[in-house]
Amino acid sequence: MALQSLDIQRRSATTTPSPDVRQTMPVAKLIDVSKCIGCKACQSACMEWNDVRDEIGTCVGVYDNPPNLSADSWTVMRFSEVEVEQGKLEWLIRKDGCMHCADPGCLKACPSPGAIIQYANGIVDFHEENCIGCGYCITGCPFNVPRISQKDNKAYKCTLCSDRVAVGMEPACIKACPTGALVFGSKDDMIHHAEGRITDLKERGYQNAGLYDPQGVGGTHVMYVLQHADKPELYHDLPKDPQISPLVSLWKGITKPLLSAGLGLAALVGFFHYVTVGPNEVKEEEAEHVEKEDI
Amino acid sequence: MASLAPTFGRGAMTNHWVDIKNANLVLIMGGNAAEAHPCGFKWVTEAKAHNKAKLVVVDPRFNRSAAVADYYAPIRTGTDIAFLGGLINYLLAHDKIQHEYVKKYTNATFLINGDYQFEEGLFSGYDAAKRSYDKSTWSYVIGADGFAEVDETLANPRCAFNLMKQHYARYTPDVVSNICGTPKEQFLKVCEMIAETSAPNKTMTIMYALGWTQHSVGSQMIRTAAMVQLLLGNVGMAGGGVNALRGHSNIQGLTDLGLLSNMLPGYLTLPGEKETDYPTFIEKRTPKALRPGQLNYWQNYPKFHVSLMKAWFGDAATQENNWAYDYLPKLDKVHDVLQVFEDMHNGKMNGYFCQGFNPLAAFPNKAKIGGALAKLKYLVIIDPLATETSEFWKNFGEYNDVDSSRIQTEVFRLPSSCFAEEDGALVNSSRWMQWHWKGAEPPGEAKGDPEIMAGIFSRLRDMYKKEGGAFPDPVLNLTWNYAIPDLPGPEELAREYNGKALADIADPKDATKVLVKAGQQLDSFALLQDNGSTASGCWIFTGAWTEKGNMMARRDNADPSGLGETLGWAFAWPANRRILYNRASCDPAGKPWDPKRSIIHWNGSKWVGFDVPDFKPDSAPDQGMEPFIMQPEGVARLFALDKMVEGPFPEHYEPFETPIGTNPLHPKVVSNPAARVFKGDLEQFGTAKDFPYAGTTYRLTEHFHYWTKHAVINSVLQPQQFVELGEELAKEKGIANGSMVTVRSNRGHIKAVAVVTKRLKALTVNGKTVHTVGIPIHWGFKGVAKNGYLANTLTPYVGDANTQTPEFKSFLVDIEKA
Amino acid sequence: MQVNRRQFFKICAAGMGGSSLAVMGFSPAVALAEVREFKLLRSTETRNTCPYCSVSCGLLMYSLGDKAKNAKLNIIHIEGDPDHPVNRGTLCPKGAGLLDFVHSPNRLQFPEYRAAGSTEWKRISWNDAFSRIARLVKDDRDKNFIAKNAEGATVNRWLTTGFLAASASSNESGYLTHKVVRSLGMLAFDNQARV
Repeated sequence: MALQSLDIQRRSATTTPSPDVRQTMPVAKLIDVSKCIGCKACQSACMEWNDVRDEIGTCVGVYDNPPNLSADSWTVMRFSEVEVEQGKLEWLIRKDGCMHCADPGCLKACPSPGAIIQYANGIVDFHEENCIGCGYCITGCPFNVPRISQKDNKAYKCTLCSDRVAVGMEPACIKACPTGALVFGSKDDMIHHAEGRITDLKERGYQNAGLYDPQGVGGTHVMYVLQHADKPELYHDLPKDPQISPLVSLWKGITKPLLSAGLGLAALVGFFHYVTVGPNEVKEEEAEHVEKEDI
Repeated sequence: MASLAPTFGRGAMTNHWVDIKNANLVLIMGGNAAEAHPCGFKWVTEAKAHNKAKLVVVDPRFNRSAAVADYYAPIRTGTDIAFLGGLINYLLAHDKIQHEYVKKYTNATFLINGDYQFEEGLFSGYDAAKRSYDKSTWSYVIGADGFAEVDETLANPRCAFNLMKQHYARYTPDVVSNICGTPKEQFLKVCEMIAETSAPNKTMTIMYALGWTQHSVGSQMIRTAAMVQLLLGNVGMAGGGVNALRGHSNIQGLTDLGLLSNMLPGYLTLPGEKETDYPTFIEKRTPKALRPGQLNYWQNYPKFHVSLMKAWFGDAATQENNWAYDYLPKLDKVHDVLQVFEDMHNGKMNGYFCQGFNPLAAFPNKAKIGGALAKLKYLVIIDPLATETSEFWKNFGEYNDVDSSRIQTEVFRLPSSCFAEEDGALVNSSRWMQWHWKGAEPPGEAKGDPEIMAGIFSRLRDMYKKEGGAFPDPVLNLTWNYAIPDLPGPEELAREYNGKALADIADPKDATKVLVKAGQQLDSFALLQDNGSTASGCWIFTGAWTEKGNMMARRDNADPSGLGETLGWAFAWPANRRILYNRASCDPAGKPWDPKRSIIHWNGSKWVGFDVPDFKPDSAPDQGMEPFIMQPEGVARLFALDKMVEGPFPEHYEPFETPIGTNPLHPKVVSNPAARVFKGDLEQFGTAKDFPYAGTTYRLTEHFHYWTKHAVINSVLQPQQFVELGEELAKEKGIANGSMVTVRSNRGHIKAVAVVTKRLKALTVNGKTVHTVGIPIHWGFKGVAKNGYLANTLTPYVGDANTQTPEFKSFLVDIEKA
Repeated sequence: MQVNRRQFFKICAAGMGGSSLAVMGFSPAVALAEVREFKLLRSTETRNTCPYCSVSCGLLMYSLGDKAKNAKLNIIHIEGDPDHPVNRGTLCPKGAGLLDFVHSPNRLQFPEYRAAGSTEWKRISWNDAFSRIARLVKDDRDKNFIAKNAEGATVNRWLTTGFLAASASSNESGYLTHKVVRSLGMLAFDNQARV
């Protein structure tokens, strides 16, 4: 029997394959933006369940608070006031957070063995015990989600409440959502549910309503129903066709075999530097760089 | 709710949260359910999902409800009567009413007193000096048989229907648009959508909250909505009704229990000082039926009153002493909070208790409230949290700039438990009495409210026993038979308000049968007696704790109807009914207007169905009893008789601070002519010359009043005070998004971050551009969120003429860069 | 695909940190993974009602401890009650954050007293608080009670002390409060229904 409560599909920086006999149902969270009232119950429930509390910040001229994802805010609402049709205001409110990609760029980029785990049900989870705080997961993420904590220098993001899902419960945000804009279940069920919602939206005049399940990252275990699926960028710059950063593909595809031989010695030095001195200094600067781009 | 009771007979939300899913159309106006009641709003999204319902939002702001609406129309704050009056005009002009319902179930056919009239903004009987009406002409024509006269043909020009038609004929789409600022085609689009629900098998539900109550004409806004629903035949129907979304978890319960200046439990009322003897008092409250064959439920008033007095004063309340009539204080006038703080401000009060209430933050014109508190000799705070009121005497810089040494008020601050630390029941907006259980002890030395009240009362009673003093009788004779006198238990109190038999109660149909034995809990208020043989602390709650135990703790959520009628869940007053006036869901013959939403029906011998009939269970349709059983005439009122202070038909009056300075309908009568205004406050009203923008206060979904700024999570979600303004106004005033601004009214100023948004648009009103400045209320100088100003620094000290609910939604401000 | 110098070094570093460590045999043992232990497993579950708005959502409160004599219950988590017909397990941002209301740093813990003109609180005992409040109440009532009005009618009212009751307190608290307030003849009595 496996030692873990959720079966593992793959682990960062690990070549040993995981046990693969048991068949696990892939799960998904569906975020129906057209039903979202931006109440932030999901943010509240997320903080409460996961025992994290972000700083009490300031108002920056919008309803978005905290203003960005952080090591303590694993999900935030992004508010966009748009006029898709002339004179018809729409307040598009998108819950942002980890998309739990089927092909996770963070995991691919992560150099620390077992710091990022993809479970067989599709959840991509960070194991902070193994995190060296290098921030490559941020580079690897096409959605700019992971954040390094100032407190312990480790990367954090939405776990899809793997602790709840492991015992057969829905994630905390899903349970809280007052309007049912968030639903959770098998990925098949979620796609089916989305189809019903899209039909309804089309009847209500949203001709371009559709599902956001981007194939550039192999599909995601967090999907959106969008009123304007043809223009995901309306929703606070949701990427139209997200791809894993070329940097990650580069080292996985071409450079990795070449470099791993040539840099073996340097790696050993690097590792001892890490275990004796602590995590690499570069990553903070890197994390900051990425955060600035986002704001 | 001071407008629903005059219209339907009871003041509560007519339907319930889950029932909203049965609507075909949801109108959110005078409220923002998505923001303030998100988990109740869920049933709007369910109506959309499963019933293909449409959601219409009419609000000054494109708010969170509007974000998911099918149609949004803007409106200037304070002009909802004009909008809804225009809607009535539209429905009548386009013949979009449910005729049979209107004829049978409303007072449309009733003939009105020949002297009643409306002219130039005033109804008959106005006394300008007293700012009040002689309402004697607002009455029915009473025939020789003592019953009101009706004209079933609606031909008589003096029937309520034709007077109503005439009254609202003035509210044309152009007039509405000119007053409300709503573009005409948008107003007409809303009318069109609403008019569709006049079909017997279509319903609209209306959801409102403080966006209607907090105006000087708030009660009449709600009444206009109630009239619309009657014309459409939407009252008593599943998926219909006028749904007052109450604000606090037990505001319904405390209102039911009568914790208001002029009330007693169960909507009984305190005597006025002119009612010098008991027979006068009780006769005035016991109506005679105004039409033949009507149930006229308030004819039972003496039973409820006597049972209350027996519950409170036991053996000291006797037939001989008129059930301790002298124990009840007699009103000289209503001492509502505005009156009380006016008196306090004038140095007429010495002591004040705030039990879980933060008046410095919650009442208008903070400067006046703080000044009033400083004139008290003693102030007692009972609260789980450190409120602003408890530290009104302390200097918090710009947020509360006072000199402590000059404030001579002694203050006691007593820590109380919160919900998680007690057992007890709360009444939700849908009248469900739900029991809850304690999960932990309160922190430190904090105690529950009953223990605190008992601690003070037992010492007082001992002092009166020992020392005597002013009229000690009610204090000494107050029922206090709790197992631990200093710690009355919630179960004991719940049993007491439910009521019990003091003697065996015989079956009125068969005197040999005993229905309830002495000492047993009552399971229905139908058992209450006026001879002192029953006691009940709140008659409408009877049935909540019976011989079977605690009905409020029931947890069967089965819904056999599929319509959300979970009769086994908790207990709903009255008598576990879930949809009020449900007899009106059937046609006069007893058949549901819409078989798909059948909640009750006549089965040939009695009324049966998924709900408890709000009707006499064995009254056959041909007996002519009408559905609104609390009214002496048996029908709902389009014409409100003398039940409203400012008129039997709602009329549009401007807010006391109006951005247009006139009333386009009648320039001589601008604002509510019957609203009470204190002298000093009149002088503190501002005009559009100095304060050109329409200010309005409101709540945000991340916060609850002034509580959650003490909670870290909610303070993270909305950390700092802000105000909202539209892009046009921001441009005009050179205000950048995210910068600090000062907002002033004639009563003070606040500073906050500017949120510049597309969601607030300038409106054209009476030829003038009106901008709105939105002011969320949640900040103060105590809490873990960023300190801020109390928003009520800005608000005017005037209330609705019927309820004295302050006009927090419509006043005038100026805004500039800080 | 363009790779600048800085990015090239990053790629190298990733290569170092990852593959090479695995190659050298540090990996599989540390890469075992376990989700966070489910934190409510043996906590005490209590049903309650949200104290905020009048939707009155059903709550499940989870307390530390199993009600054993030596364990002091302390609420560690609150979520929606899925059986409740109205909220069906959902909560709004206020309800979902209730834990921080229960444990607010601004919860009052002890009776306190502020003397006339003072700038600070002093702790007092409950007994002192009750006795002194009762004395103030009685003195004011005895002095200002109005038994008869100018016309000589019995009115038995007391207008110089007022009471604001809490719309978040239970029916039972409210009922008891009403009894006490009316028995004293108070008319300056209100609750949040008015605002």
